[in-house]
Order: sequence, then structure tokens, then C-alpha cells
Amino acid sequence: MSILINKDSKVVVQGITGSEGTFHATQMLKYGTNIVAGVTPGKGGQTALGGYVPVFNSVEDAKIEKDANVSIIFVPPAFAADAIIESAYAGIELVVCVSEGVPVQDMVKVKRIIDEKGTRLIGPNCPGIITPGECKLGIMPGFIHKPFGNVGVISRSGTLTYEAVHQLTELGIGQTTCIGIGGDPIIGTTFIDLLNLFKNDSKTEGVVLIGEIGGSAEEEASQWIVDNNFDKPVVAFIAGQTAPPGRRMGHAGAIISGGKGTASDKMKTLKLAGIHVCESPADIGKTMEKALKDL
Amino acid sequence: MKIHEYQGKQLLKQFGVPIQDGYIIENINDAEQTIRKVQEEFDSSAVIVKAQIHAGGRGKGGGVKYSPDFDSAMTNAKNILGMNLVTHQTGPNGKDVQKVYITQALDIEKEYYVAITLDRSTGMDVFMVSTEGGVEIEKVAEETPEKIVKEWIDPLVGIKSFQAQKLAYGLELTGQAFKDAVKIFNQIYKCYSETDASLVEINPLVLTEQGNVVALDAKFNFDDNALFRQKNITEMRDLSEEDTTEIEAGKYNLNYIKLDGNVGCMVNGAGLAMATMDIIKLFGGEPANFLDVGGTASAETVKNGFRIILSDENVKAVLINIFGGIVRCDRVANGVVEAVKELHLSVPVVVRLEGTNAEEAKKILAQSGVSIIPADSMRDAAEKVVKSSKGEIS
Repeated sequence: MSILINKDSKVVVQGITGSEGTFHATQMLKYGTNIVAGVTPGKGGQTALGGYVPVFNSVEDAKIEKDANVSIIFVPPAFAADAIIESAYAGIELVVCVSEGVPVQDMVKVKRIIDEKGTRLIGPNCPGIITPGECKLGIMPGFIHKPFGNVGVISRSGTLTYEAVHQLTELGIGQTTCIGIGGDPIIGTTFIDLLNLFKNDSKTEGVVLIGEIGGSAEEEASQWIVDNNFDKPVVAFIAGQTAPPGRRMGHAGAIISGGKGTASDKMKTLKLAGIHVCESPADIGKTMEKALKDL
Repeated sequence: MKIHEYQGKQLLKQFGVPIQDGYIIENINDAEQTIRKVQEEFDSSAVIVKAQIHAGGRGKGGGVKYSPDFDSAMTNAKNILGMNLVTHQTGPNGKDVQKVYITQALDIEKEYYVAITLDRSTGMDVFMVSTEGGVEIEKVAEETPEKIVKEWIDPLVGIKSFQAQKLAYGLELTGQAFKDAVKIFNQIYKCYSETDASLVEINPLVLTEQGNVVALDAKFNFDDNALFRQKNITEMRDLSEEDTTEIEAGKYNLNYIKLDGNVGCMVNGAGLAMATMDIIKLFGGEPANFLDVGGTASAETVKNGFRIILSDENVKAVLINIFGGIVRCDRVANGVVEAVKELHLSVPVVVRLEGTNAEEAKKILAQSGVSIIPADSMRDAAEKVVKSSKGEIS
């Protein structure tokens, strides 16, 4: 089992004819992702990815013609909000927005709209989702993942997620689903939403949670874990223990402001919730291996 | 992006918010004329001399002086312009004051705190006011949180009148001042949302003895992601307030932040870059910087990265940590070899490449003939770079 996506997910790629879109959609197709359609306004009727994928003018057309239920967005940040809202209006259930640099004021509006429409958004500014062996919906390197696993991964980061997944795979631990939720201050889906899905996924026996400085999403997740008796082991790492206050560390959301959102506070709160907190990013895989053995 | 108080106030003025007004000087020769102009134009013999730097706590640091007459204003302007101002936000090295704002003095009856910022937990903007103005709001939030009144703004409809009224009631205002405050709150929100601000803080907003509601200070932060559509705001950027190396890095599309340690690092991805700094510290080293080279680590990027890192004289060793996803490790390896050869590096360089084509990359490094210390994992890399920085291996 897995969460969010599997081999039956019917994917539409928004911005499929752009250079980013073409490159990553090709990689996704090679991985086995079921891409049923692409969207580029004005290019409806054409095909993309060497003739494999029909292109439509709108997400609505892709939904009507190809029954797409999942979308992934590769458009410049200035147009990302529009693309997300288009998918939400077309009734797409799950939208992944990879674009980095989406204005916050756009995202606060988007969030209100997707909540109302019941659309789940992953990102923006994220690597996407992968259910190893079934569906790759994002820009992550597929080959580092191990299918038919028992560990879920949720992360605010991109390459640091690959690092964690790589450690798991090296130890022979496969993954159910890995989700990069994005490094922006306003994101569509939080740790809590996904922990809730992993709670009900029978194949997932443990969860890796990778947070970073800024905001309080990790603290909120800790509270949720306690309140909901989440009984699968959770291994966490928080990036930014050495980050100076008041500086934005690459990700728009990674900033300690007014003394709030420090790594040490987050680590303390996570530990109090019974979560296995790694001091070192090199220990994520090992810590999960031990936690699973202790089950 | 941040701007100065005087720029923030001009923005507020454009949106119809009454401000404590004045003029800016950058050269002491303009002081006499400017002080006289402020005295005449605002009919106020007393003026305030205010240092303009991108940091709070200016008053406590001696950068804001009430000046009852012309002579004292001249003395204060001379002292403040060019001074090194140290506040709790500048760090111990302080900041040199290059601009001084000469403003009218007001007779203050009461001081309030007013701010709008993004509330990440709810995903909405929150409008906050407090009767405890002029002091640090973090302290109020900790000790007397009930004294902060908050209203969350629905982004699809904007601030509604009942909300602005609730905020004004929260400040215990009455009569004309209440009406003015409601109007001002509406305008501050308009200013915040139309300029893509991520923070507007007016501390204090004052009620004068004459019954006027006026902004005495203005602090703005803007969303960097939205600057592409905010030309007027972008023009207010003051590069002299920023670190020169960080500006240089920005030109190469590198995300660099200087720190105090001696172990330089070059990483792809912000999360991995932070984690790399953390593991350097865990192994007893001190990171010299944060540097995210982004998704495509080409030879050119690596070269520029080296230039930026090594412009910091404290750097004793460099760690390159790349997890190749989209970017192929063999290409990065070639880039590293080329850069090391061309730049004649004198510090040890530890390289850890993982992911796509990592094996080929290791061969390239081993056969390159340049002195690079290869590492297998993050732990191995951190251990080696820290030892190198201490001269234990080279």
C-alpha cells in the first residue's frame, strides 16, 4: 500500500511543453508514472514527450477527455497560483506544485480556495511525491528509492530528503511513499495531514519526518502525535541547528524570527512527544532501523 | 527585503496614513538647511534626529535623539551621522549610520503597537494591535498576551470594517481618534497587501495631545518572491545595508550567508546545506557559511562558489557535499577538478558526491591528479573536513 499516489493515478502535467516540464515528465514516464495528459494553453491537439502524451488547452479538458485525477505543475512562479486554482476548479483531487518562488500573497489566497474546493495541494517549492516502483510525481531521482517498503518519509526539504531515503535504501529499508511538502511559509499539505494518512496505511510501519527552522509545523505535528496516539515510530531530523537568527536559509520558510522556530526548541518538543530525534543527519537511516527492530 | 524607516513612512503617507514627517540627510553639510526646513514646514522648533539603519533598538543604542532646539539638533546630527550604532539586532560590530532622518517632534499622549504579518499556522495575515506601544512586542506577548488584540484577515475579502473597529476598540480609542484609527487600519492593510509586504510594524503609533493618530515609526519587510511585480519597492533597496559577499553571490544566483567559522561548505539544496553545517558543528568544527548552489551544480557554479567561499579569509578547509538527483555527479566532479586547477586552491577540499553517476564521479576525482580529499558519506566528509581545518590531515 501507499498514500496519495499509486500505479493507477492518472497524471496530467501542467506546463508539459516547457523545458522543465518536458525534462521531468520524460523522467516520470520512464519511471512508469501513468501520465495521461499534458496541458499548455494554445497547444491543445498537439502531442508531447515524443508523441506519447496528448496535450490539452486546459486541465478541465484533460479531466474530461482522459479522466486525469492528479496534476503536477511546472510553470514559472508568477503563474503557479493560477495553475493550482485551475486544477482545483477542474476537480483534480491532488495537485503537486514544484515551482519555487511563488509569492506568499498568492499562496494565502490559493490556500483558501483549495480548502474550499477540497483539493489537496503538495508544495509549492517541493520535489513532489513518490510511491517507489509505482508512481513518481516530482523531480526526485527515482533510483535511490526502494519499492515495497514499510517506511514513509515526509520532509520540508529536497536534497536532504534524498539523503535520508538513500540511507534507508542502503540499509535495505524500503519506502511506502515519500513526500516533499515544500520549503515555503505557506504550503498546501502539512506534516499532520500526512501523518494522518500514514496512520491508516497498513504497510507503513514507521515515518521519517524531516523538518527545519522556521514556523511551528514540527511542534504542531508533535502535539498531533500525542493527541492521536500515533503509535508508529517516528524518526525526526531538524535542519538548521547552526543557523543564525533572522536570516532566511535558502528556503523562504526557513527563518528564525523573534526567537521563534529554532531547531533546539523543535527538537525538544519532538523528543517530549516520544519521537526519535537525530542530532546528526547521518543517523536518520540507522535510527529508523533500530526503531523498527524494537517494534 | 527590508527598507529604512523614512522609506516605510513615505509608503504609508502615499496610502493616506498620517506620519511623523521629515527629511533625510546623507551629508552633514545639508544638516543646517534640513533642520530649518523641518522646523518651518512642520511648525515645530523641536525635532527628532533618527539614525536610519536596517535594525531595531536604535533608540536604546543612542541613534535617536530628541532635540529641543536648532543647536541641539545640529549637535545630535553631527554625532549620529557616521556613528557606529550597536543595537541588540546589529550584532557586536554594529552598523555605520549613513543616513539621518530629521523629523518633527510631536506631543505624545499615548503610544500603541500596530502590526500586520503572516501567521504561518493559519495561513492568513494577522493584524495585531496593543495598548503597550513603544516597547518590545515579544516581551508583551510573553508577559501580558491578553494586551495584544488580533484579527485574522480573510485573503479573499480583505479587512472588513467590523475588524478595523474591533482593533480600534482594542486600543480603547473614542470619538474622532477612533474614527481616524479605523480608517488608518484599513489603509495600513491596503498598503501591506498591495506592496506584497510580509511585515508592517508601526511601533509606536501615537495619539498626540492634540488628538491626532500618527505613525511615529515604520518597519517593513517584503516578500522576496514578489519583488518581480513590485518595481517601486525594489528601487528602495539599500545595498550598503547588505553584506558585499552576499550581494556578489546573488549575482551568480548563489544563495550565500556568511557565518563566523572556518569550514567553508558548498551544497546543493537548502535543507542539505543546513544539515551539512550542522554535522560540521557536531564533529567539532565551525561552519564558515551557508551556500546553496541550487539544482544545477555546473563547473561554472562550482568555480563561483569557490570564489565566494574563499573571499572569506577565515576559511581553512572546504567541504563540497552534492546529492545528485537531476544534476549528474560525474559532471559535478569534472567541474570541481576544473575549478581546483584553475583557481590554484591553497586550502584542503573534501568532496562527497552521492546519487546519479556517483561511481564515475569518484573515478574522475581519483584520476584527476589534483589534491582533493574524497569522502564516502556525510559523516566521513564532516570528519575529514574538520580534521583538515585543524591541519590534522591535508
